Amino acid sequence: MKFTGKVHKFGNNIDTDVIIPARYLNSSDPAELALHCLEDLDKEFAQKVKPGDIIVAEKNFGCGSSREHAPIAIMAAGVSCVIAHSFARIFYRNSINTGLPIFESAAASEALKNGDEIEVELETGLIKNIKTGAQYKATAFPGFMQDIISQGGLINYVKNRG
Amino acid sequence: MGMTISQKILAAHTDKDFVEAGELINCKLDVVLGNDITAPIAISEFHKLELNKVFDKESIVLVPDHFVPNKDIKSAEQCKTMRDFVKQYGIKNYFEVGQMGIEHCLLPEQGLVGPGDLIIGADSHTCTYGALGAFATGVGSTDMGAAMATGEAWFKVPESIKFIYYGKIPQWVSGKDFILHAIGDIGGDGARYMSMEFTGEAISRLSMDSRFSLCNMAIEAGGKNGIIAVDEVTLDYIKGRLKRPYQIHYSDPDAVYAQTIEYNVAEMEPLVAFPHLPENTRPVSQAAGVLIDQVVIGSCTNGRLEDLAIAASILKGNKVHSELRVIILPGTQAIYLEALRRGYIEIFIEAGAVVSTPTCGPCLGGYMGILAKGEKALATTNRNFVGRMGDPTSEVYLCNPAVAAASALKGQITPPWEMVLK
Ligand code: SF4
Repeated sequence: MKFTGKVHKFGNNIDTDVIIPARYLNSSDPAELALHCLEDLDKEFAQKVKPGDIIVAEKNFGCGSSREHAPIAIMAAGVSCVIAHSFARIFYRNSINTGLPIFESAAASEALKNGDEIEVELETGLIKNIKTGAQYKATAFPGFMQDIISQGGLINYVKNRG
Repeated sequence: MGMTISQKILAAHTDKDFVEAGELINCKLDVVLGNDITAPIAISEFHKLELNKVFDKESIVLVPDHFVPNKDIKSAEQCKTMRDFVKQYGIKNYFEVGQMGIEHCLLPEQGLVGPGDLIIGADSHTCTYGALGAFATGVGSTDMGAAMATGEAWFKVPESIKFIYYGKIPQWVSGKDFILHAIGDIGGDGARYMSMEFTGEAISRLSMDSRFSLCNMAIEAGGKNGIIAVDEVTLDYIKGRLKRPYQIHYSDPDAVYAQTIEYNVAEMEPLVAFPHLPENTRPVSQAAGVLIDQVVIGSCTNGRLEDLAIAASILKGNKVHSELRVIILPGTQAIYLEALRRGYIEIFIEAGAVVSTPTCGPCLGGYMGILAKGEKALATTNRNFVGRMGDPTSEVYLCNPAVAAASALKGQITPPWEMVLK
């Protein structure tokens, strides 16, 4: 499975409060959450982002609260996957459990710029800059997590396990 | 090779005798927690499993605390989802408005969590219960939904960082400052995926309330859990509260740590974390003079009796500064009642503070004290991210209750020793 889209670049410590501010947590409707995704950092983000686009960030993406509204808002905004130098623990877990593909790559995080067109392969974690051809390799998920992702998230995984 | 206390608790919840850092394991859980923000999503995930029962009616704890008493129609709907679920599945530990408190103050108080427990909560500050010698960690709603069905969760066994605190604890320094020092040193991701073990003679002299504040903020260093081994103080606290058997674990002398960091607390000063990260700490004496519009004393970090006691001792007989609002939120109904009996509530109201029913309210910018554009708050809470308490241009400074109360009198950030007559 391949994701192709434009890079939206963010910095260090993008926390769950800016991904989806708590004032909107009286709803868990994905469409509504998507409208406010990252708005405290970039008011136009929800309008700008096109289906398939990719968030690239630096260290500790998703730090802060356990709100699953964060990966939900990102997915519902149309983002296909997130690449970061590193992810905060609960966000990492939530992304796997809800089926938002995430990739850890320090090199990609450093090299990729806002507006770059890139391609990411889920199975191999290979990230490619379409224009320059530059390639980066993301850390692969342990087998157990790949099972959860390939079955579409934790709930399906639990269901299939019986 | 020995195991850390965190490894031991995890191992005790599998069928293995030994677990190694980095290993992926499936564990049985003692407690599964959710609140009015995270439980509705967990409930809808749970329903997808099409089961007619939860794994255990006693082990699931549901606490509406973020937006209750409900701030609007949507939050009322979220609480109703929770209430309906509680009725349908016969959940025993549900705390309605009037009995509820902020979850992380409430669960220990009610004896629902104890030493050796493995606890997951769909709330990042679930790590608070590590103060009781439990392994407690925050997860998301899907984990919670699956765990309500299976009573299990997957974990990657964490490496540990050991923090040793020694020396005499200076006046005005509390557990909050112990953890702010650590966060300031290692940064917001310094303990990412790791366990933070707090030990040393200064910890053994720390009250239970201060230990809860300390473990509460492990997540602000990216930690998976924060933990303090059981001692007399812990046993005193759980006596009469915890009604079920528990297990006490200690780290082996030959347990392996990724890092060991030592602090002489005698050299510590209360800290203030500047916007917009908890790691931006400065000693309060170097923070003095920042003008503030609002002071918040409360939250799962510092809404316990000890916190209210110290605030009351500073506010007693004084008036808060005329150009600032002070909001005080006792953590639970029991704390509220005890504060009332001890006369703290009267002191607060006479000083010109608002005292609220227990709620998360302003801590996460929910309601009950939202900041306008450019306003500054000094809060005893745990996060000061952009927009955390209101408008994205507002600012939050974090501190302990003594600093908050002293600053409330002066209208600007102030060391407590400047406001209290010796
Ligand atoms: S008091 Fe604040 S940090 Fe604690 S649970 Fe409530 S919102 Fe979260």
